[in-house]
Amino acid sequence: MQTPAVYSFHGGIHPPENKAQSLNLPLGSPRLPDELILPLGQHIGQPSRPLVEVGSRVLKGEAIAINNGFLSSFLHAPTSGTIHAIEKRVVAHPSGLSDTCIVIQPDGNDQWIELEPLDNWQDVSKTDVLAFLAEKGIVGMGGAGFPTQVKLQGAHKHPLTHFIINAAECEPYITADDMLIREKTLELILGIEMLQHLVNADNVVIGIEDNKPTAIASLQQLIRERQSSIQVAVVPTKYPSGGEKQLIKLLTDKEVPSGQYPADIGILCQNVGTCVAAYEAIQYGRPLISRFTTLTGDAFKAPQNVEVLLGTPISHLLKYADLNEKHLSRLVMGGPMMGFTLDTPEAPVVKTTNCILAASTKELPPPAPEQACIRCGMCEQACPAGLLPQQLLWFSKSQEHEKAEHYNLFDCIECGACSYVCPSSIPLVQYYRHAKAEIRDARESAVKSDIAKQRFEARKARQEAEAAEKEAKRLARQNAASAKPAAKKPTKEAPKAAPEPAVANDDAKKAKIDLAIAKAKLKKLEKSLLEAQEKEHTEEINALQIQVDETQKDISELERKVAAAPNATPTKKASPTGMSDEAKKAKVDVALASSKLKKVQKQLVDDPDNQELKDKAAGFEADLKTAQALLDKLGGEAKAAPSKAKTALSEDAKKAKVDMALASSKLKKVQKQLAEDCDNDELKAKAAEFEKALKEAEMRFAACSGESASAAQKSDKPVMSDEYKKAKVDVALANTKLKKVQKQLAEDPQNTELQGKTVEFKKVLKEAEARLAALEAPSLQSKEATPAVKNTVDTNSDAQRKLKIDIAIANAAVKKAEKALAKAQTLQSEDIDSLEQQVAKAKAHAQSLEQTMKNGSQSANTAPLDSVTDDKAAEHKEQLKKQKVTTALAKAQVNKLKRQLDAEPNSEQLQKDLASAEQAHQAEAAKLEQLTNTQENR
Amino acid sequence: MLTVLLAIAILVVLALVFGAILGYANVRFHVEGDPIVDQIDAILPQTQCGQCGHPGCRPYAEAISNGEAINRCPPGGQATVQALADLLDVEALPLDGGEEEPVSKVAVIREDECIGCTKCIQACPIDAILGAAKQMHTVIADECTGCDLCVEPCPVDCIDMVEVGVTSRTWSWEKPQGVGAQPVNIIATDRQVEAAH
Repeated sequence: MQTPAVYSFHGGIHPPENKAQSLNLPLGSPRLPDELILPLGQHIGQPSRPLVEVGSRVLKGEAIAINNGFLSSFLHAPTSGTIHAIEKRVVAHPSGLSDTCIVIQPDGNDQWIELEPLDNWQDVSKTDVLAFLAEKGIVGMGGAGFPTQVKLQGAHKHPLTHFIINAAECEPYITADDMLIREKTLELILGIEMLQHLVNADNVVIGIEDNKPTAIASLQQLIRERQSSIQVAVVPTKYPSGGEKQLIKLLTDKEVPSGQYPADIGILCQNVGTCVAAYEAIQYGRPLISRFTTLTGDAFKAPQNVEVLLGTPISHLLKYADLNEKHLSRLVMGGPMMGFTLDTPEAPVVKTTNCILAASTKELPPPAPEQACIRCGMCEQACPAGLLPQQLLWFSKSQEHEKAEHYNLFDCIECGACSYVCPSSIPLVQYYRHAKAEIRDARESAVKSDIAKQRFEARKARQEAEAAEKEAKRLARQNAASAKPAAKKPTKEAPKAAPEPAVANDDAKKAKIDLAIAKAKLKKLEKSLLEAQEKEHTEEINALQIQVDETQKDISELERKVAAAPNATPTKKASPTGMSDEAKKAKVDVALASSKLKKVQKQLVDDPDNQELKDKAAGFEADLKTAQALLDKLGGEAKAAPSKAKTALSEDAKKAKVDMALASSKLKKVQKQLAEDCDNDELKAKAAEFEKALKEAEMRFAACSGESASAAQKSDKPVMSDEYKKAKVDVALANTKLKKVQKQLAEDPQNTELQGKTVEFKKVLKEAEARLAALEAPSLQSKEATPAVKNTVDTNSDAQRKLKIDIAIANAAVKKAEKALAKAQTLQSEDIDSLEQQVAKAKAHAQSLEQTMKNGSQSANTAPLDSVTDDKAAEHKEQLKKQKVTTALAKAQVNKLKRQLDAEPNSEQLQKDLASAEQAHQAEAAKLEQLTNTQENR
Repeated sequence: MLTVLLAIAILVVLALVFGAILGYANVRFHVEGDPIVDQIDAILPQTQCGQCGHPGCRPYAEAISNGEAINRCPPGGQATVQALADLLDVEALPLDGGEEEPVSKVAVIREDECIGCTKCIQACPIDAILGAAKQMHTVIADECTGCDLCVEPCPVDCIDMVEVGVTSRTWSWEKPQGVGAQPVNIIATDRQVEAAH
C-alpha cells in the first residue's frame, strides 16, 4: 500500500484540541427518550413532506416524511411508537426559532419494520442505487446535510480523479468520526467500496488527521487484510483541514475554483459517517435513524461518544452524560469554532449533529467586546480560503455588498479562523454571515420582482388584447348593421323567385333561400376580413378566413342543390296530367292576379294610407276571384266538392288576413309615432281605432279559419293574448314616457311640473302593470301550481341572499367608517363628529338590513315549516337566533365602549356607559343561555 | 490666400466626412428604447403598487429618467433610493413620507367572509388573486408583492395585509453592533480559552 502525497493549504490555526476527554469512555447508547422530535428540515433544501398523521402507529425504520422536490430527503421513524403531534417545536438552529416537527411517542418495543436490503447493488443500475439511498434518507453527515444522492449524481458530470473520504475531523472537542472509524471500520471500508462502485474514481483516499492514531492503525490494518486499493492519507493536525476545499487542496494540491464545486474538477468528497450510513442502507436496508454524537465539555461528568437516535431531545443526552448544571455556561451544538449556541436543551438531535458541547465559563468565556481593527493583517494570515478578511469586513460593515462580492465573500467557509486570531476580538464571521444573508435576500427579491414584472406585463398585454377584441367586435357589429340592407336584398329576391315555380318542391325553395343567405353572409365576412387586414389583427384574419372558406363551401353545395331542383320540378309538373289548356290558362291568370295583388299589398304595407293602392288591391282581388272562380269551375269536375268549399273559405280567410296585416301595420306605425311623441292625443285616438280595426279583422279571420279548423278554443287564446299584448304595449308606453320625463327631470331637477308628471306616469305604469299581471295570472294559474310555488321560494331565497350581501357590505362600511373615525381620533381632526355620525348611520343601516333579513328568513323559515308539524321548534329557533344577534350586538357595544375608554380613560360618562352596556350584555347572554338550555332539553 | 482657402476646404471636407460617419453610425447602431429607463426599472421593486403616483414601476422609471424625485418608492425603502442615487449619480434623498423600512407583507383573504365580487381580482396588478364571480377568492401568497391595492376595493373588507414572519429558513444573522458592543451567542472566538490555559 503506497502512502499518498500530502500537500498544504494557506492559513489555518492550531486551537487546543481537547479531544481526549470524550475518548475515555466507550461508545454509549442512551435509552429511549420519552418522545422523539424530528424536524422536517434536517437537511439542505426543501423540508420533507409528512407521510403520517397524528395518532397513526409507526414501526422503527418506517418512512414518516417523503422528499419534497429534487433537493430534499426522506425521514424515518427512529423507533416504533405513535405519532404524538406534527407541530412547531424549537429546533437546533442559531435563530432559536421553531419549525414543523413530527413528534413520536415511543412504545418501548423498538420494533423494526421489515427491512429490504438492496442485495444486488452491483447489478442494478446506478440510478436505482441512488434512488434507494434517497429513500433511506441518507444525507451528508459532515455538517451541512446535503442529500447524498444529489451529490453523487453531480459527480457523474465529469470523470472522477479522486474520491476523498473526509475523516479529518479538525474541529476541537469533536471525536464522533474517530469513534465511528474505531467501532465500524469494516462497515466504513465496505461503504467506501460501494460508493466507489457508484462513482468509479481513479483514486480513493481517506483523509485523516494525525491526531487519531488508533483509527488510522485499524484502517490501515483492515485495508491491508482486504488488499483494497483504498489509500489512507494522514494529514497534519491543523484547523480547518476538514473543510472540503481544504482537504482537497491537502490531498490533491488542486483548488476548487471560486463559485464551482469539487465535482467540476473531478473530485468527490464524502464524510465517513455518510459512507457507513450508505453501507447499512444497502446491506441491511436500514434507513438513517441514528448517528454518532460527541457529548463533551467540562460541564459533563461523563463526557463520551454516543450512538443516539435522531430526534432525541438534547436534555435527555445531558441527563445521560451526567451534566453538572452549576458548571454549564453555554450549550453549543457543533464544535467551538463553527457551532452555535442553543437557547434551550429541548431542541432535538438531527442528522448533522456531531457534537453537543456543554462548556463551562472557563472553557468558553463570554467573548470580549469588539474593538477597532488595527490592520494587523493576522486574519489574512489565518484565512484558509485565501481571502482578505479585513477588506471583507470594511465592505460588510459599510453595506458595500457589490465590492464584498467582488472580493469573493461567498468563498468564505465561515470557519472562524480570522475571528480566532483577531487581537481586537472582532466577530468577523458574523459580519460575513450578515452580509451574505443580505446579498442572498437582495438576489431573491430581484428574482421575485422579475416575476412580478413579468406577470404585470402579461396582465397588461392581456388587457390590451381584450380591449382590442372588444373594439373589433364593436366594429364587426357596426359593419353588420350597415351590411343588413345589402343582405336583405337577396332574401327578398328569393321569395320573389319562389312563387313562379309554385309547384317546385320545398327543398329547392329552401336551398335557394339558404343560398341567398349564405351569399349575404359571405359578403359580410369578406368585408370584415378586409377591415381586419387593414388593421392587421392577425388572429382575427385567420378566424375570418376560415369562416369565409366555410361559407364558400356551403354556397357551392347549395348551388349544386338548387341546380338539381329544377330538374326535378318538370317531372313533378307533369304529374297533374289531363288538365285542359283552359284550366292552364285560368291557372296562369290566377297566378298573375295573385302576384299582382301581393305586390300591391306589399306597397300597401309600406304606405298604408294610400287610397289608390287600396282601390287597386280591391280590383286585383276581384280579378283574382273571378280567375279563381273560372279555375274552380274548370277543375271542379276533377276536384271533389269539399275541396271547393275549402278554397272558398280560404278566400275569405285570405281577405281577412290581408285586412289584419293592413290594420296591424298601421297600428304599428302609429304606435311608433306615439312612442316618439307620447302626448299626441290624436295619434292615440288613431291607435285605438286601428286596434279596433285589427281586432275586427282578426275576429273575422278567426271566424273564417275557425270553421275549417275546430278552433273554438284557439280563437279564445288569441283574444286573450290580444288583450295581453295591449296591456304590454301600455306598460311599455308608460315606461318610455316615465323614462323620458325622468331624464328631463335629471337635467332640470327643480321643475315641479316634471316631478308631478313623473308621479302621474308612475301611477299609469303601475296600473298597466297591474293589468298585465292580472292577465298573466290566469295563464300562470292554468299552468301547474308547483312551479309557481317554487318560483316564489326561489325569489325568496334570492332576495335573502341579496340581503345577506347587503348586510355584509353594510357591515364593511361600518368597519371602514370606524377605522376612519379611529384615525381621525388619533389625529384629533375636526371632523370626528361627522365621522361618528357616519358610523352611527352605517350601523343603523346594517341593523335595519339585519332586521329585514331576520324578518325575511323568519317568514321564509316559518312558511315551509307550517306544513311541517314542528312549528314550535322553528319559532324557538328563531327566537334563539334573534337572541344571539342581540347578544352579539350588546357585546359589540361593550367592546366599542371599552375601546373608547382606552382612548380616554378619564371619561366618567364612558365608564358609566360601559357599565350599563356590560349589564345589558350579561342580561342578554343569560337569556341566550336560557334559550339554548331549553332547546337542548327538547 | 490660397492656403487659407485650402485649409477651409479641407476642414469642410473633413467635417462632411465625419458627419457622414456619425450619421451612419447613428442609424447603424441605433439603440431601441431608453437604456437608462431599463436600468432604473431593474432597481425598482416591481410591486406595481402605485404609491409613487404612477401606474406601475416602469412609468415611475420613465418619470425618474425625466427628472422626477427618486425617493417616492416606499416598498423599495432607503436601499432603493440609495441604488437609484448611485445609478443616476445624484444625492440620495430621505424616503418620501417617513423613514420606516419596508416590511414584506402579503395579502390574505378571510375566505369565509368573501362574497366573490371579483373586485380585488381586477385591482391586483400582477394577477395574484384567484377566484371567480360568486366564488371564494384567494391570494397566491408566493406571487403577492404586498402592494395593498386589493384592500381598498373589497366591499366587505375581508383582506388583511399580513406581515411575512421570519422562519428558520429565512432567518439571517444580525449585524454585529460594532466597536465596543458585547457580541451575543457567537462562537468562533474562543481564543480566551487559549489565554486561560
